[in-house]
Amino acid sequence: MAPPIDLRRFIRRNPTIVIGAVVLTVLLVIAVLAPFISGDPQRLSPIERLRPPSAQHWFGTDNLGRDVFARTVWGGRVSLLVGFCVAAFATLAGIGIGLLCYLSGWVEAVAMRIMDGLMAIPSILLAIALVSLTRASVATVIIAITIPEIPRVTRLVRAVMLGVRERPFVEAATAGGSRPLKIMWRHILPATIPPLIVQATYSAASAILIEAGLSFLGAGTPPSIPTWGNMIAGSRVFLSAAPWAVFFPGVSLAVAVLAVNILGDGLRDRLDPRLSRRM
Amino acid sequence: MIGFIARRLLATVPVMVVIGLFVFLLLHLAPGDPAAIIAGDNATPASILAIRHQLGLDQSILVQFLRWSWRVLQGDLGISIFSQTPVATLIGQRLGPTVSLTLTTAVFSVSIALCVGVLAGWRSGGVLDRMVMAFAALGFSVPVFVVGYGLIYLFAIDLRWLPVQGYVSLQRGLWPWFQHLILPSLALGLAYIALIARITRTAMLDVLSEDYIRTATAKGVAATPMLLHHALRNAAVPIVTVIGLGVALLIGGVVITETVFNIPGVGRLVVDAINQRDYPIVQGIILVFSGVYVLINLAVDISYLILDPRIRG
Repeated sequence: MAPPIDLRRFIRRNPTIVIGAVVLTVLLVIAVLAPFISGDPQRLSPIERLRPPSAQHWFGTDNLGRDVFARTVWGGRVSLLVGFCVAAFATLAGIGIGLLCYLSGWVEAVAMRIMDGLMAIPSILLAIALVSLTRASVATVIIAITIPEIPRVTRLVRAVMLGVRERPFVEAATAGGSRPLKIMWRHILPATIPPLIVQATYSAASAILIEAGLSFLGAGTPPSIPTWGNMIAGSRVFLSAAPWAVFFPGVSLAVAVLAVNILGDGLRDRLDPRLSRRM
Repeated sequence: MIGFIARRLLATVPVMVVIGLFVFLLLHLAPGDPAAIIAGDNATPASILAIRHQLGLDQSILVQFLRWSWRVLQGDLGISIFSQTPVATLIGQRLGPTVSLTLTTAVFSVSIALCVGVLAGWRSGGVLDRMVMAFAALGFSVPVFVVGYGLIYLFAIDLRWLPVQGYVSLQRGLWPWFQHLILPSLALGLAYIALIARITRTAMLDVLSEDYIRTATAKGVAATPMLLHHALRNAAVPIVTVIGLGVALLIGGVVITETVFNIPGVGRLVVDAINQRDYPIVQGIILVFSGVYVLINLAVDISYLILDPRIRG
C-alpha cells in the first residue's frame, strides 16, 4: 500500500507547484462564479465615465462607464478557457501525429518537414491570419492558436519516442513478438506523459498571451465579449485619465500567465529535471 | 566545412517550401470563396468574377501555386488589393522603423542578458541570481503591451522623461531617433532578455564546473578573463542558438509593440491589412518575417563553425 502523502512536506518541497496551482484555482473559481460575483460587464453608464476605484466600483469605470471589476472578472473566462482548450487540443494533436510518425517512417518524414515550416512562422502572425479568414469567435481563436502550438508538442513526443525506442525493454517486447501498436500503447506512450504535462502548461501560458495579443489587436474574440486584451485596447487612449482601466486587466493577465508558468516550472523540476525549458 | 554549410543551406529549402505552401494555402483553406472574401460584403457577382480572374483563381491549384512561387522567387509579392501598390514596395516603405526597433532591441537585450546571465551563473544561489530568475519568470509572463503601457505611464506620462509614442527617422538626428526607441525596445526586449539571461546562466553553470575552470582559477587567472575567456567562450553554442530562436519573440512582439507605440512599421502594416482583409499584404509580410527568421537561424548554424572548432573538423 502506498504511504499517505504528507501534505506539509509536499508543500515545503514543491512551493512553486503549490503557489501556481493555488493562484490558478482561485482565478478559475472567480471565472466560473463570475455571474454571482459581479454585475453585468456590458452595462453602460455614461454619467459614470472614467471614475477612479471606489466602494461602488472597486476597479473604477472605463470610458463608457462600464464597471472595470465586472469586466475583469468576466474577462478571465475567455483567457482561461482558451489556455485550457489550446493546451488540451495541442497535446492530443501532438500525440496523434507522434503516433503516426512512430508507425510509419514515410509519414514521419513528411510530418516533420511540415512542423519545421510551421515553427518558422511567428505564432501570433499565423494566429491573426487564421482568425482573419473566418468569423471571429472564441472557437476560431482557439483553433488559430492551437495550430502554431502543435509542432512543439509533436517534436517533444517524437524526441521522447526516439529515446525510448532504443531502450532494452522495448527491444525485449519487440523480440518477444509484441505488435507495434501494443508496444506503442504499453511502453512508449506512458513515457511521453510527464514531459507532455509540463509542455501543456507552457502551451497554456503561451495561448493566454497570444489570445490577449489577438484581442488587443482587434483580431480575436468579438468585442461583445470582454477579454483582458480587448479591455486594454479599448482603454489605452485614456491611459493618462483612467490608468486603472488598463492596470487591472494588465495585472490580471500577468498574474494568470505567471501562475501557469510557475506551475509548469515546478512540474518540470519534479517530473523531468532534464527537460529544458522550451522557447 | 563547405559540406556543413551546404547541408545547412539545403536543409532550409524544404522549410521555405512548407512556409510558402502554407502562406499560399491560407486563402484557399478559408471557408468560402477567396474572391468573395476579398471583394467584401457588398460585392456584385461580376466584380467577384473579375477578382477571380485577376488572381488567376480560375486555374488549377497546382498551377496557381507554381506561378505564385515563381513570382515570389523573383521578389514579386503581389499587389495590395486596397491601395493597388506592389506589396514589396509597401513593405520597403515601412522597413525603416521596424529594422530600427528590432536591431536596437536585439543589441541592447543581448548585451544586458549576457552580463546578467554570466554574473548569475558565476554566483549562483546569490542575491543577483535569485533576482535574475525572478525577473526571467516575470519577463516570460507579462505581455508586451502591458509592459509597454506600464512604461508609457511611468516614464512618459508621470515622469515626462521620454516621448509617449511615435517614431522619428534617423535623418532627423541620432538623439530624437533613439529617444523614441527606448521605451519600445524595453517593452519588446523584456521576454528576449529573460530568455537569453536564463540560458546564459544555465550554460555558465555547466561550464564553470569543468576541470579547466578549476585549473584556471588555481593558477591565478582573474575573475573577469576567467569568466569571459574560459567560460563564456565555451558556453557560446547554446547561447547563440537561443539568441537565434528567440528572434521569433522579437518578430511576434514587433506587431504588438508597433501598435502600442504608434510606430509606422511593417507590424502596423500587417495589422491594418488584416483589418482591411488585404490578403496579399498579409501573405507577403508572413513570408518576409518567416524568411528572415529562417535566414537568421541559418546564420546561427554557420556561426557554430567559428564558435566550436570540433564542428570544423
